[in-house]
Amino acid sequence: MKRIFVNPERCTACKTCELACAIEHSQAKSIFASPSEKPHSMNRVFVEAADGRKIPIFCRHCDDAPCVAACISGALFRDPKTDAVLCDSSRCIGCWTCVMVCPYGVVGRQLELGKAVKCDLCPERASPACVASCPTKALVYEEVEGFSKNKRREFASAVAGG
Amino acid sequence: MFEDRSISPDSIEMLGVAQKLGAELTWDRYAAQLPQCGFGETGLCCRHCLQGPCRIDPFGNGPQVGVCGATADTVVARGLDRAIAAGTAAHSGHAKHLAHTMKKLAEGKAPDYAIKNPAKLRLVAERQGVKLDGKSDTQVAAELAEAALKEFAERHAPVEWAMKTLTAGRLKKFGEMGLLPYGIDSAISEVMHRTTHGVDADPVNLLLGGIKCAIADYDGMALATDLADILFGVPQPVVAAANLGALKKNAVNIAVHGHNPVLSDMVATLAPQLDADAKQAGASEGINIVGICCTGNEVMMRHGIPMATSSVSQELAILTGALDAMVVDYQCIMPSLTKVAEGFHTRVITTMSMAKMPGATHVNFEEEHAAEGARTIIRLAIEAFKKRDAAKVHIPALRNTAIAGVSAETVVGILAKVDSADPLKPLLDNIVNGNITGVCLFAGCNNVKIPQDRNFITMIKELARRDVLILATGCASGAFARHGILTPQATEQYAGPGLKAVLTALGNAAGLGAPLPLVLHTGSCVDNTRAVAIAVAIANKLGVDLDKLPVVASAPEAAMEKAISIGTWAVALGLPTHVGVVPPVTGSPLVTQVLTQTAKDLFGGYFIVELDPTKAAEKLFAALNERRKGLGLAEKAL
Repeated sequence: MKRIFVNPERCTACKTCELACAIEHSQAKSIFASPSEKPHSMNRVFVEAADGRKIPIFCRHCDDAPCVAACISGALFRDPKTDAVLCDSSRCIGCWTCVMVCPYGVVGRQLELGKAVKCDLCPERASPACVASCPTKALVYEEVEGFSKNKRREFASAVAGG
Repeated sequence: MFEDRSISPDSIEMLGVAQKLGAELTWDRYAAQLPQCGFGETGLCCRHCLQGPCRIDPFGNGPQVGVCGATADTVVARGLDRAIAAGTAAHSGHAKHLAHTMKKLAEGKAPDYAIKNPAKLRLVAERQGVKLDGKSDTQVAAELAEAALKEFAERHAPVEWAMKTLTAGRLKKFGEMGLLPYGIDSAISEVMHRTTHGVDADPVNLLLGGIKCAIADYDGMALATDLADILFGVPQPVVAAANLGALKKNAVNIAVHGHNPVLSDMVATLAPQLDADAKQAGASEGINIVGICCTGNEVMMRHGIPMATSSVSQELAILTGALDAMVVDYQCIMPSLTKVAEGFHTRVITTMSMAKMPGATHVNFEEEHAAEGARTIIRLAIEAFKKRDAAKVHIPALRNTAIAGVSAETVVGILAKVDSADPLKPLLDNIVNGNITGVCLFAGCNNVKIPQDRNFITMIKELARRDVLILATGCASGAFARHGILTPQATEQYAGPGLKAVLTALGNAAGLGAPLPLVLHTGSCVDNTRAVAIAVAIANKLGVDLDKLPVVASAPEAAMEKAISIGTWAVALGLPTHVGVVPPVTGSPLVTQVLTQTAKDLFGGYFIVELDPTKAAEKLFAALNERRKGLGLAEKAL
């Protein structure tokens, strides 16, 4: 199960991930043509700032996802193959309950369509567009276990060295 | 291999060498930059004050105004204006350098220079209002240099070179629209002022300000070409070589790279004097000067010096292992050169006090001691030659022939051989009868985003078979030189029947015994005004303005801010102007629309942004046909 992980200390808040996300979820998939499309394409990843730090915020595709639990129309569901939390637009009625319950605030509203939009981990790509576009490699896409293992090793070497 | 980097066979060969050596080149650095920032790509990043940087979200989800309230339209227009100002500063800096050189010469302070073309000196001086009667060439040069230097600062009247070289119709239009600059530096300064925080926020007004600055750019370029011709000679047709195969294994190879002939012409002129020193150092073929970029054009068209390579591939010259010195002045010189040279014996020699480079040898070149400066540089190259490692030498065999030096004077001279009383008549007759569809000026750079020369070569074939007469300047002419397009053989191979007939007749009239080359090499990038001079003469003869002529321009691989300022004045002069890369303006639909559509209503000229070279050629052909129709001429079919 691969997920997007963030190394916030590497983020420069250039917002390239936001643009790449909106481009990937457009028809033309081009920085020059996509911005003029209707309905307009929306990014599903965000860079926020708090206390002078730059923090990229992404859908965590939570195991016990509040958005899936709260969705009254059955639009939000878990993909059995990838474990990703996805939105079936044809079933979305635009009640925005998902927007209300998401602890990260990463479910957006496409108001021209009246549909919820969220990260789908770019199913057509080997690596999500945001990760592939990140110039500082603040974003990584890898197996959860691998990420945890690396974290443990980093911590261990810090303890050993310190 | 490397077809995504270049279609020039010598460049491709050297890219293979680079890969073996593990050398990092501009294409690698470009790959490392990817993806590039979308805000920058669309012109939606503003860094004009310390409250930024601000970014406007082109998708409309995030902020739509900067901290100050500037909209996408304002941010994009301000950014474009500053690029125009930078391009203008570069061209006019080059022009000012020539004016100072001429002034020093006239004052007896630069004895190594001469007035190579007194006839042009008197012609230009008279046109610019300098009284000639009874004055020596030196006196005239002093007054002309003074007049040139007065173009720069704040004036009481519009800049004189533009006023004396453009059509009355254009000048009237510019005057009515308030677009005539009162000084080149003044126009640049005004752009910097109006684009700083809290000044001009009206996107259309900003764009008009940019156009005013671009007209100042035209002025500086026209001035630069005139003064260069007076000091170094009006280019005459010359047969030269091109490609990296112009480097010689048994010679001290010196590349002159950059833009201004003030340095490079002196190096080229003095090199033969030190041939014996080179031979003594073991170089049996003496000294071999080659050119790179627009300096290459300057010395090719005046001295027949080979054009080794162009801007984007400049680093490859060092990788041949046979380049003993790379002598540079300013503009388009990659700071990476010294790093690339680390693995070789090549001396990178900077010469201008305002353009130095870490790791380079600096020889401060002063016009007062020009010959001694040039000799010092050549001696450094000879010293470096002694350290050349023969095992590292790899010179591609490719060496094309290129006919260069087709100045406006040359074109008129050739036409005069057909009709001495009315030189322009044969050209006009052939446009009217449809042998020639129209004229296209190719200009601009190579751009790392486009496989080197791909757009140039694709478009030239498409336009030539449609009987379009092609002029080229700058790295466009470099590209054509390196692909054998500046030859009669290319005319035989690629020209449509009408164009071939005309170029053959003119070639025979000129005594070549062969057609003129498929592309007329009109000069360096600062020489685009040579093409304007021809267009103005045609317009005046026909009694129409420039925006009615079947004349178009293209910078299919544009890269530099200078290309943006040239493109802008080309549009203002009334030319449909193609650009083969997307300029950073698409973040503002309004600015994009003004540049590509509204400009047509205002000036007749407009930008055509088309990345596909085949489609671009079709669009330029359609634009030429639209002009033909406007003049009541039959449209050309293909």
